[in-house]
Amino acid sequence: MSVNKLGKLAVIGFSTAIIAGCSTTATETDTSTVAEATDSSVQSEGADASTDQSFGAGQEGSLTSVIVEDEAVAEEVIVDPLAGVETVFYFDFDKSIVRPESREALAKHAQFLVNNPDARVVLEGHADERGTREYNMALGERRAKAISRYLTIQGVAASQIETVSFGEEVPVAFGSNSDAWQLNRRVEVRYE
Amino acid sequence: MMFKKWFGVLIASMLLVSTAKAQLVIEITSGADQLLPIAIVPFGYNGVDALPEDVAQIVENDLSRSGLFKPVPRANMLSMPSTEADVFYRDWRLLKSDYVVVGSVRKLENNQYRIGFELLNVLTEKAVQKHSSIDVSASNFRDAAHYISDKVYELLTGTKGAFSTRVLYVTAEGDRKAPLFKLQVADADGFRPQVIVESREPILSPSWSMDGRNIAYVMFRNRRPNIFIQELATGKRQQIAQFRGLNGAPAWSPDGKKLALVLSKDNNPEIYTLDIATQKLERMTNHYAIDTEPSWEPDGKGIVFTSDRGGNPQIYRLDVNTKRVERVTFEGELNTRARMTPDGRYLVTVQKNDGNYHVALQDMKTGRVQTLTETYLDESPSIAPNGSMVIYATTYKGKGILAVVSVDGLVKYRLPSAEGDVREPSWSPYFK
Repeated sequence: MSVNKLGKLAVIGFSTAIIAGCSTTATETDTSTVAEATDSSVQSEGADASTDQSFGAGQEGSLTSVIVEDEAVAEEVIVDPLAGVETVFYFDFDKSIVRPESREALAKHAQFLVNNPDARVVLEGHADERGTREYNMALGERRAKAISRYLTIQGVAASQIETVSFGEEVPVAFGSNSDAWQLNRRVEVRYE
Repeated sequence: MMFKKWFGVLIASMLLVSTAKAQLVIEITSGADQLLPIAIVPFGYNGVDALPEDVAQIVENDLSRSGLFKPVPRANMLSMPSTEADVFYRDWRLLKSDYVVVGSVRKLENNQYRIGFELLNVLTEKAVQKHSSIDVSASNFRDAAHYISDKVYELLTGTKGAFSTRVLYVTAEGDRKAPLFKLQVADADGFRPQVIVESREPILSPSWSMDGRNIAYVMFRNRRPNIFIQELATGKRQQIAQFRGLNGAPAWSPDGKKLALVLSKDNNPEIYTLDIATQKLERMTNHYAIDTEPSWEPDGKGIVFTSDRGGNPQIYRLDVNTKRVERVTFEGELNTRARMTPDGRYLVTVQKNDGNYHVALQDMKTGRVQTLTETYLDESPSIAPNGSMVIYATTYKGKGILAVVSVDGLVKYRLPSAEGDVREPSWSPYFK
């Protein structure tokens, strides 16, 4: 598979993600002046969402749904260069050190990002349920930043990476046991 | 005659229990050693229509939940007076009740009710609180009852009651993998819950302004955290922080002018203050470690916060003027999310010992530390405005619930929710 092809896919995948983000993003009219605009796609034409119920829209712009549309529209895209590459990386309790077994997959993400300077990645950090929620928000961010450093060391531009933390708010495994906790202490790599 | 009257009262109170909706059901798990016996007699009523609430029952529930009182069961009462003139003190001495609350409800014009009450000392046969009355509409019966509870509590304990306060909390309902998050507010007894905001994305860290009119909270939108402030009465909302990285842990200053918050826009989590009127942001900490969970001291001169600058998370104090930082907690494997009692005497933290997370209380004068809770995965402690009780989140039978413990650790009760996980409680201030 050629590098050229990889690039093509990335561009298509990326722009579709942005479009999908726009069409499903709800914005509010009372945004204050202090707040920084984080991303131009956030300031979309989305309907006025002053009612609270419409807030859940964010989930719809996820990459999974984007890929489905992508396949239907652009048939020449056959291979996802990151197909089969791990996108979730796990951490030890109260630690934010990248594990040796994560390196190979992270190197592939790094290579992809270096080859596709327009691609943007969001590193979403998570913590297990133990400890307080805001501290876990900080811990999740620290893990996302550890992955971020790993990618930048391999040549990825800092401007391609955003780190976000969900703390303990979005677990993938339930139950108060070490197996569930291990699955929840993670960073998810998500392309936008 | 008397039995008939009783029967009527019992039926009425049973009906009220079944119709009153409480999302949070109170289960008292332990109480103080010496309980003050008190009889709250069902209130008399001159009307024929059903009353919206059983005022005496609400007062009884409030007082027993405080863990300081032992109400006389209605079934044991020998008489049911509604004014001091009808009270036979001998009846109450026989029941070993030290105090009696009597009262009545009178229907007025235009759907208003006048609720009168008296608090009587059985031993001295004198009124502690002479006849006093409140006029309310049907929807405010619970407010009237909590007002009476506050009065009785204050007259008998010397501490201002906190029964008329409210609690903010977050629930996660439905499919655990894609729950619906709801920020809610309810009375301190769990009744009258109202949804303030709901979202498919996480909501956390709700906090009150000191006048109880505004709240601040963190809500994710488009997979990023944002801080909002919102006026409760109007629902008017303002997004005040959506920087890159963390936007978390908003805490209102005692004068209501500033918010302390956590941002990582300058690389790692630091404490900032935001002047709400001028929108001026000021960075308060400067350290490569995690600095988070700010909470103002009652006089507004200092902010306590969590930092792992010493290796593991502990509580530090920041002087708001000089920005000097000093360590406050030394006991336990770690201490996080500190809150100070309104008198500044005690610091409540989440402390980890032998792998367990519990709510701990540190005496700021003596440094003595006491563990208050023995439940599982305790977090988010929040102190009642009278400094008597701490509400916190814990796990019970695999579900997130709210629980309350008195600052002396003697009184404990749970508020299990009917649906979903409940978390992130924040006890309101007194409403002005």
